[in-house]
Amino acid sequence: MKTFGKNSLSKAGKVLAMTALAAGVSLANAADTIKVGVLHSLSGTMAISETTLKDTVLMMVEEQNKKGGLLGKKLEPVVVDPASNWPLFAEKTRELLEKDKVDVIFGCWTSVSRKSVLPVIEELNGLMFYPVQYEGEESSYNVFYTGAAPNQQAIPAVDYLMNEVGVKRWVLAGTDYVYPRTTNKILESYLKSKGVAEKDIMINYTPFGHSDWQTIVSDIKKFGGAGVKTAVVSTINGDANVPFYKELANQGVSAEDIPVVAFSVGEEELSGFDTKPLVGHLAAWNYFMSADSKENDEFIKAWHEFTKSEDRVTNDPMEATYIGFEMWAKAVEKAGTTDVAKVEAAMIGIEVPNLTGGMAKMNKNHHLSKPVLIGEIQEDGQFDIVWETDGVVPGDAWTDFLPESKNLISDWTAPVSCGNYNVVTKTCGGAVATE
Amino acid sequence: MTRNDNMGPLTRLLMNDAQGRKLLMVLVALAVIIPFCNLVFPQDSFFHISTYTMTLLGKYLCYALLAIAVDLIWGYCGILSLGHGAFFALGGYAMGMYLMRQIGDRGVYGNAELPDFMVFLNWQELPWYWFGFDQFWFAMLMVLLAPGILAFVFGFLAFRSRVTGVYLSIITQAMTYALLLAFFRNDMGFGGNNGLTDFKDILGYSLQSDNTRAALFIASVLAVIIGYLISRFIVTSKLGRVLVAIRDAESRARFLGYRVEYYKLFVFVVSSMLAGVAGALYVPQVGIINPGEFAPINSIEIIIWVAVGGRGSLYGAVIGAVLVNYAKTYFTGAFAELWLFMLGGLFVLTTLWLPKGVVGLWAQIKEKQQIRKAGSAAANASAQGDVS
Amino acid sequence: MRMYCRQIFLALALLVSFTGQVLAAQDADNLKALTSQLIAANYAEKEQLAGQIAALDDERVLPILSALLEGELFYKKDDEQILIVKGDAINNAFSGDAVDVPGKRDKKKIGVNNSLRGELRSLIARAQINSRKESVRLDAAANLLKNSADVELTLVNEALAKETSSDVKDILSLVRGLILLKSEDQAERITALELLDGSLYPEVRASLNQFISGFSEEEIKTRKTEYTAATKSLASIETLVEMNGYIENLYFGLALGAVLLLAAIGLAITFGVMGVINMAHGEMIMLGAYTTYVVQQLMPDHTGLSLVVSIPAAFLVAGAVGVAIERGVIRHLYGRPLETLLATFGISLILQQAVRSVFSPLNREVATPDWMAGTFMLNPALELTWNRLYIIIFSLLVLATLALVLKRTLFGLQMRAVTMNRPMASSMGIRTGWVDALTFGLGSGIAGIAGVALSQLTNVGPNLGQAYIIDSFMVVVFGGVGNLWGTLVAAMSLGVANKIFEPIAGAVLAKILVLVFIILFIQKRPRGLFALKGRAVENG
Repeated sequence: MKTFGKNSLSKAGKVLAMTALAAGVSLANAADTIKVGVLHSLSGTMAISETTLKDTVLMMVEEQNKKGGLLGKKLEPVVVDPASNWPLFAEKTRELLEKDKVDVIFGCWTSVSRKSVLPVIEELNGLMFYPVQYEGEESSYNVFYTGAAPNQQAIPAVDYLMNEVGVKRWVLAGTDYVYPRTTNKILESYLKSKGVAEKDIMINYTPFGHSDWQTIVSDIKKFGGAGVKTAVVSTINGDANVPFYKELANQGVSAEDIPVVAFSVGEEELSGFDTKPLVGHLAAWNYFMSADSKENDEFIKAWHEFTKSEDRVTNDPMEATYIGFEMWAKAVEKAGTTDVAKVEAAMIGIEVPNLTGGMAKMNKNHHLSKPVLIGEIQEDGQFDIVWETDGVVPGDAWTDFLPESKNLISDWTAPVSCGNYNVVTKTCGGAVATE
Repeated sequence: MTRNDNMGPLTRLLMNDAQGRKLLMVLVALAVIIPFCNLVFPQDSFFHISTYTMTLLGKYLCYALLAIAVDLIWGYCGILSLGHGAFFALGGYAMGMYLMRQIGDRGVYGNAELPDFMVFLNWQELPWYWFGFDQFWFAMLMVLLAPGILAFVFGFLAFRSRVTGVYLSIITQAMTYALLLAFFRNDMGFGGNNGLTDFKDILGYSLQSDNTRAALFIASVLAVIIGYLISRFIVTSKLGRVLVAIRDAESRARFLGYRVEYYKLFVFVVSSMLAGVAGALYVPQVGIINPGEFAPINSIEIIIWVAVGGRGSLYGAVIGAVLVNYAKTYFTGAFAELWLFMLGGLFVLTTLWLPKGVVGLWAQIKEKQQIRKAGSAAANASAQGDVS
Repeated sequence: MRMYCRQIFLALALLVSFTGQVLAAQDADNLKALTSQLIAANYAEKEQLAGQIAALDDERVLPILSALLEGELFYKKDDEQILIVKGDAINNAFSGDAVDVPGKRDKKKIGVNNSLRGELRSLIARAQINSRKESVRLDAAANLLKNSADVELTLVNEALAKETSSDVKDILSLVRGLILLKSEDQAERITALELLDGSLYPEVRASLNQFISGFSEEEIKTRKTEYTAATKSLASIETLVEMNGYIENLYFGLALGAVLLLAAIGLAITFGVMGVINMAHGEMIMLGAYTTYVVQQLMPDHTGLSLVVSIPAAFLVAGAVGVAIERGVIRHLYGRPLETLLATFGISLILQQAVRSVFSPLNREVATPDWMAGTFMLNPALELTWNRLYIIIFSLLVLATLALVLKRTLFGLQMRAVTMNRPMASSMGIRTGWVDALTFGLGSGIAGIAGVALSQLTNVGPNLGQAYIIDSFMVVVFGGVGNLWGTLVAAMSLGVANKIFEPIAGAVLAKILVLVFIILFIQKRPRGLFALKGRAVENG
């Protein structure tokens, strides 16, 4: 029988030294490239949406390198897979920033992944571009939000339905998580401010991946059968959409009777449906593939070449990624460095062309000014743009329609330099600029 | 074995456990060296260990403790729980609620009483089940009690009705799935899908400082050591023998007069509490707890760690947890698109060729060597006695 | 809306006063001119133009408006020729001559939006109410019912006068009732109430509701007969609607049960009979769904047929993969049932990623054949969906076939023999290894068939299987491992229970309640609804 002895201890030491060598020692890499981190799920439930964005970033990097890179250096993408696992998002962010020492990260889709990444990126003072429409109520020094805030998607869509279609009764249907909750809360308060009665608003939440929509669609049908024009505002997320639309079609709910306007259904999601029964249902985005502009044609062409497929579609988060990337590249050139503080300062006020025409501008609150479009689903899976806002709409980090965030603003320039500044008490709550 | 009575309890525990001794030594060494290298050496030094590595190892250690908890009931008592992730998550939520309360008025809406997500959902006051979580001792008590009570109630019902085998496995899965759905609901008051995040500090120390991280790391090591010793104590005691008897022939054990359900219930509750502690240590290190932890697939993964390491040997569970998770970290970074192939392949190959896990492989090789040496091999092989 | 109708009548009036010949020629020119204006018009202008076109007396009006509605009206970019495009056939909208349009981008569709589509439908309905075909008239009448606010009484009265079919008459008289209800004349309103009494159409209910809410305290007293008649018929309608609601809910429950049953039958074999904790079961379903997709890609013009072909194809594909898994992996794990969990879990990860690599992580589009879409109407308040009915029938058919195979064939006999006593079966000369492989293949194949059905309801993507695996296990365990009858009862009762809870508690809580119910039920009956002796039970 062995006893405690030198033998075991030295073994333990060896094991330890090996661990340290394997994991802890980061090879000092000569900074001859600029590293671009890509933090999108390539497996798990979110892979369906996020893989495309990974490809978009890779395409943008390739194109930038063809133009000679940035600051005379080549760009080098670092792709990791957070596997739709939220804690893994935080871990991978730390890996990208500490181990790979990336200069910028393009990533995240869901709100929870962003919330998971946020503390890490703030602690290590990284820089991230978030390309998806989201619920707002947030502004971080280290994050630029290139997707739509609620006032850039939900409110214009409701305005359209109310004024152009004459909708009087509203179903707010969503998946039970923070984005639909916020959006519906904002919309509820907005609708009430426009004189819609409580009984004319029906709110419904379903779990992720909900697949049996029989009861809910039948309820919507009954709610819409009251003789008053009814519309569904859908914040149903991801995989739940296909069975939802299929059930709508099967129960004979057509867009003329009860139009559904969705905030999470774009060209890519439609490519998995048979869109024939869905013709006329609506979506609100800042971009549609059918938009007529030179930039868009070029972008689609490049995308088809990159993916080697003529069938791949483009969508709004891709445009947001495109804008984010172009803005970052411009800001790096302007700042002459990839240093986060300098790039952040250079970012504000930068303008790049939208793919739908016009210019997108980065505001002081790290959100964009963009146009809002409403499209109707066509048989070929594309959207026909039926309405758009007159000018650009600046993204609002803190909505005016919730009592607790009414007085908050975000302004990352001096003298405020704060993500949630209360204009009444003149104080900055929560996160402050670290530099 | 009579001379064991003269020794201290610790020595007695580790008497027949050569691998366990090695494991504990490695753990102690880790607890000293890693924080030391992280805090003392400057960033560019060769000996520096990055915070990333340290928190990663800390996470593995939490998983290791969870694996010990599962091995205790599966390896030694034959209860295959496909819902142990639930206990882990409950412990994590208890800790998360404490950390949430510690944020105080530093949240985005500056409400001293309510966490941000409640302000946001227009809640006027703290729900009753959040009371007390501003006290560290209370939260720690809940880390043990929340999983413990659930396990007690669940186990009491299930074991009394003699629900066994796959039936038990499937209803544990139903339990964690029901909890997953429940915690997803925003109306439950646990932050819905986003869960609890954006923690600031623990016991007044900032969670972003390396010192706190090192302390959490050391706490995780200690938790694994203590968890290991408790489990070892249970399995080497008379109780442990009864458990193995239940595992191998439940009816016979019952006919011999043992109240099988009480033995099972006891070990099930202990195991759930260990899982709860693992969850509580996990949350401040990864910075988020959300309902995803309740996902049935997570619980299945825990089983896989234990199986890969070697079911029925506590140190094997630790090795399995670290090995599989290291593979996961490595593959997701290095072969982002292919890692599921590799991970899936690993599971298939392990079950086919390593029925006793990595630890068993080691034993197999050793056995072969010793047969070759034709020495006193038999005596040594029996030291592996607790491997079934 | 009113305006265009007036135009129609103006046109009609004009028609009467002049000789038809001259005007018809004029109308033909007008048709061309008005249709061409559609190209540049915005949606509001298009609605006006459509009204003007409908007012013209020309037999080509209807085809043009229908083409516009269906999105088949195009124009050639170079000479702005108006085209009707049906599939590959491109014809001039006016002359009907075939037109050669070389490039895909040389022609452009004349866009329609929702409100224009609604307008077109109602214009077309008005023309079609005089159609010779009864089914067309029925659709037209239903459309008039939907848009009764814009319909003129004379149009309805005329149509009613010549109508022969009682079905169409019923609907038209409802339209008449709805119009009369808004009349200034009390006698007409009372006639309206008589016409509308007992109808379950939602439009009628909505109108009655509005009618009643229009009464002031004062009017309730002065116009008592109307008020009581309206409230009485509304109350009786509400009762009927409520009862229909229960039937509908039961149907939803059975439909959900059928989905659960389909998802679980395969598992009832691989897990229930063989005792393999088959975590790759969901991926077998997924393979079936992808097979449907591939078959549909191979025969794009035959959506319905492709679905039928997919059933055996999916069975073979998933079954073959099942046999391969059994021979390659599970064969080595008999007697260690819990380890099959690990191996099959690994296999499920590999299959998911394989599908992701081959078909991309995006969902694939599987079209629904026309005969599966839409609803059938038992009464106006109870419309049930065809596809659910097919799935209920299909699931029962699959179960019955499987039961037959097990009870009536040699293979079934051997399979049961191996399940009950392997050594004895083996010594009776049954090749147990071969039977095992085929049994696993059978279970997997049936999961594949389930995938064909699910492809009609939900996403065809790599995560498809994950969504059903837990429910499948619950069904099998609740029903009693190894018992097909139990699986059927379990699936249907869980489906119905879910739908009973859903209106009360919401979708999420309903599901939680069902899970808690299963947990508690297992305490009462630790072997499920119908317990069976077999090797799965022994090994656990």
